[in-house]
Amino acid sequence: MKVSVVQGILSANDQLAAQNRDQLDQLGICVVNVMASPGSGKTSLILRTLDQLAGRMRVAVIEGDIASTVDADKVATRGVPVVQINTGGQCHLDAPMLRNALAQLPLDQLDLIFVENVGNLICPVDFRLGEDVNVVIASVPEGDDKPYKYPGIFLAVDAVVINKVDLLPYVHFDVAAFRRLVTGMNPGLQILEVSCETGQGIAEWVAWIVEQREKRRRP
Amino acid sequence: MHELSITQNILNIVGDYAGRAVAQKVTVIHLVVGELTGFVDDSIQFYFDMLSPGTMAEGARLEIQRIPAEVRCRSCGAIFALEGYKWTCPLCGEVGGDVQRGREFRIDSIEVVQGADLTPGREP
Ligand SMILES: Nc1nc2c(ncn2[C@@H]2O[C@H](COP(=O)(O)OP(=O)(O)OP(=O)(O)O)[C@@H](O)[C@H]2O)c(=O)[nH]1
Ligand SMILES: [Mg+2]
Ligand SMILES: [Zn+2]
Repeated sequence: MKVSVVQGILSANDQLAAQNRDQLDQLGICVVNVMASPGSGKTSLILRTLDQLAGRMRVAVIEGDIASTVDADKVATRGVPVVQINTGGQCHLDAPMLRNALAQLPLDQLDLIFVENVGNLICPVDFRLGEDVNVVIASVPEGDDKPYKYPGIFLAVDAVVINKVDLLPYVHFDVAAFRRLVTGMNPGLQILEVSCETGQGIAEWVAWIVEQREKRRRP
Repeated sequence: MHELSITQNILNIVGDYAGRAVAQKVTVIHLVVGELTGFVDDSIQFYFDMLSPGTMAEGARLEIQRIPAEVRCRSCGAIFALEGYKWTCPLCGEVGGDVQRGREFRIDSIEVVQGADLTPGREP
């Protein structure tokens, strides 16, 4: 006998993500999920952003890593609440992990939470956390062909941050072609060019983040 | 790899539906997996072989239907396969497009054998 199945395979995670989202909406907190390959500059971008937002917004950071606390230690030097999640080998964060991390943060004193997802362009895409904004960092030394190889992530995000633009003189990366491609794949996308080394473009990125948070502010 | 937790989810859902159908045993699981998702057939099969013994799905066959990615050109409306075209419409040259197929990830159906003692009139 054949039995049709209507339930999605990820429905358990999706349901918990929706619960996280409801809780965060009620608190008026905007969660930004930062995804990228290892070494593309996730931690650097978060640190730059914390410096710009100091005194303007109450920010916390959730650091997802397979092992170690080095990123969380760096963030802690900025004096913001930080929670480290060690996934113990798992290649992505999921909604139950976010839920545990949220329970360790002073939620009534926050406006914005950055989540540094595990460095990986494939696995984090399919697992919703309850985030408001999804961002992928594409760094110049990785090359401009990543959208062809990892279309899923470029289809899933609200913004693409092109990081390490200070290296453009040394590395082949066709910014115009890259912009045309990712806009063609995902027309609503915001594209930002930054360098966490020189600070170029960071103000525009922070302005965009502030705008996202304002859109989601509790009425 | 996250196919371990995914395969556990699949087994939970299969067990749930098989239980509701008063099944004795699951013989086939039909999965639909789009090319744009990050899921790998061989890993799902590997974890399935590891996790299914002792469940109703022990010994079941995994039938995985891969859906190739297809995109619709926003300029001329042509539908083209992503494979080989690198997001460029073969008719008008426009870059990009709306994804029509390739993001599926679901269990379509399962095939089960119902418990003989629970099916009236079918005892030998
Ligand atoms: N030249 C240059 N280097 C950068 C830039 N941003 C980050 N880096 C360097 O790139 C390296 C990796 O940066 P991280 O911020 O640790 O990258 P990450 O994505 O957090 O790395 P993982 O957490 O290990 O996946 C460091 O050596 C940074 O100093 C940039 O804009 N330009
Ligand atoms: Mg990092
Ligand atoms: Zn066309």
